Amino acid sequence: MKEPTILLDHGSGGLASQELISEVFVKHLGNPVLNDMEDSAVLAAQSGRLAFTTDSYVVDPLFFPGGDIGCLAVHGTINDLAMRGARPICLSLGFILEEGFALAELTRIVSSISAATRACEVPIVTGDTKVVPRGKADKVFINTSGIGVIDETIELSAGKVRPGDTIIVSGSIGDHGITIMTRRAGLSLGGDLHSDTMPLHRLTAHVLAAVPGAVHAMRDPTRGGVATTLNEIAARAGATIVLEDELLPIRAEVRAACEILGLEPLYLANEGKCLAAVAGDQADAVVEAMRATTEGKEARIIGRVEAGSARVVINTPIGGSRIVTALHGEPLPRIC
Amino acid sequence: MKFVDEYRHGDLVKPLAERLRNTTITRPVRVMEVCGTHTMSIFRSGVRTIMPAGMEIVSGPGCPVCVTSASHMDAFIEMAGKKDVRVAIYGDLFRVPGTHGSLAQASAKGATVDIVYSAMDALERARQHPNELVVFLGVGFETTTPGIAATIMAAARENIDNFCVFSTQKVIPGPLDALMQDPELSIDGLICPGHVSAIIGAKAYQPFVDSYGLACVVAGFEPADLLKALLLLSEQINEGTPRVDNIYPRVVSWEGNQRAIAMMDEVFEPVDMQWRGLGVIPASGLGIRDTYRQFDAQKRLSITLPEAHEPKGCLCGKVLKGITTPPHCPLFGTRCTPATPVGPCMVSSEGTCAAYHKYGQSESI
Repeated sequence: MKEPTILLDHGSGGLASQELISEVFVKHLGNPVLNDMEDSAVLAAQSGRLAFTTDSYVVDPLFFPGGDIGCLAVHGTINDLAMRGARPICLSLGFILEEGFALAELTRIVSSISAATRACEVPIVTGDTKVVPRGKADKVFINTSGIGVIDETIELSAGKVRPGDTIIVSGSIGDHGITIMTRRAGLSLGGDLHSDTMPLHRLTAHVLAAVPGAVHAMRDPTRGGVATTLNEIAARAGATIVLEDELLPIRAEVRAACEILGLEPLYLANEGKCLAAVAGDQADAVVEAMRATTEGKEARIIGRVEAGSARVVINTPIGGSRIVTALHGEPLPRIC
Repeated sequence: MKFVDEYRHGDLVKPLAERLRNTTITRPVRVMEVCGTHTMSIFRSGVRTIMPAGMEIVSGPGCPVCVTSASHMDAFIEMAGKKDVRVAIYGDLFRVPGTHGSLAQASAKGATVDIVYSAMDALERARQHPNELVVFLGVGFETTTPGIAATIMAAARENIDNFCVFSTQKVIPGPLDALMQDPELSIDGLICPGHVSAIIGAKAYQPFVDSYGLACVVAGFEPADLLKALLLLSEQINEGTPRVDNIYPRVVSWEGNQRAIAMMDEVFEPVDMQWRGLGVIPASGLGIRDTYRQFDAQKRLSITLPEAHEPKGCLCGKVLKGITTPPHCPLFGTRCTPATPVGPCMVSSEGTCAAYHKYGQSESI
């Protein structure tokens, strides 16, 4: 291909489209099912219930410390499956490209997707590409959908969370959100700020097998952060979640950046963390199981579920407390 | 993190919290803070849940976004819609409602609104966009004024012609004096704003001690700072020995930052300023001096402030004076929420209503 940028022709379905598909997508993502190039992928019959999820990725900047929109689109959808206890078996991949987008950047994104799917051992089995005129989209948007299989013995849902449960997080919070926000603001802060984007299906599979029946619900606290996700769980459970401020795992760099920008780590997005509500008497075993995985080395207990109205409360270091509400609107930086 | 962790550490703050909780207050007292960051820190740290009986904290007009008048907001929004104008703002201002819409809505309709972190960032935008007029909206107190002055001086030095500032900068002491004279408000003590005081110095509060017998403590923003401030205020009030205590000497001196003050004086001069909820207060604002008139957006774009009214039913004015608290406003939590703010105290993350909405219900725990 000679053109260094994406043209409207690449989305036409004609020769240019086919060239893009074979030179970029199939070259990097090829596997027996995808290589068929038929109108839909045909999958082998599965035993167990199916989980099905979809998510769209519009992150700006496209490339950031710790990852890029490509691996994020793979990890995000795999994690949504994993949170229901599903074993991901395949993904779809849809691209909306803006006319004029650099082909080199697209190739970089696709090769990142390729690396992520290989590392996760979850193939892309079907895909689509559209090109829209310049200005009608911002560089590149990605949609991925995923199918997973859930073992008959597993039933995870926020509705199963009850007083006496313990809240566990699989690692430090706020890393992805603060990395994106500082990049967007053009701030270069000291310290190693990077996204935590990573797949969690191995962590969840290990925990569910190691401590059967202990986990009542799992969620990945992406947009809206831990605060918003826990509010959703509290609402479904009809109970109060009590967090301990001093137990929240927040990396020093993340805390410093949040102090400077006037942001709260509890509201920042995570892309490689799992919140779990687990039976109180098995909490230590779940933490131990998480810590046995590379993804959950820093797992720890951060709070508990108590009888009471559906809300999230945090106990502060001075011995006071406050309500933690869900996020309203985009987090905006403050004046002073 | 140095200068943060040590002021939050349990070993230091727990004994202070215990002392505050057990403090005996001899008569009902009200203390006021006049800084948005204090408002938020007090809620965030849970200080309100451990206040001794008889002591009340109210929030005064310390959030710059909240005291920005509706007519200024309307002027900002109108200006943002002009061709070849790029407006640069601090993030808080983005969702503040004017009479019709907000800068966020103007942005959705095509206005160019950049969120920046400093006035210098706005000047950088002017360098990057030579064919547009970049207007920085100056909304703040003495804390941010020297930075804006330095930016205007830099623009003058570099002859950057496509940059100007719409100043609604305000000063703290004048309006505080007006508040003290308000018969509806009775305040015994003041947590003096830490950032503002870094510029104007702790001595700025001595006149309030002398004229009104006001107990004053200049404090930082960490839990230990707040607890110590409340302990000292209760001591001054109980003993009837009002004075200015500066417990934020790591940042604030008695005299203030003379270099910053000189820069402010070089670029700005006192002007009458309209405050939301407080009306026009003489010499409470800062306008750009004639020497730097080319950087004054109001002069350059011939802006006259439109007439504007406060939203019906909104009690932001009374909240800003500390006369009422947000839950008493009929709009609070119903028509006015952080997602759909009616008044400015709900939209700014530093606003008293936003703080009550976000953290406040925990008072009932």
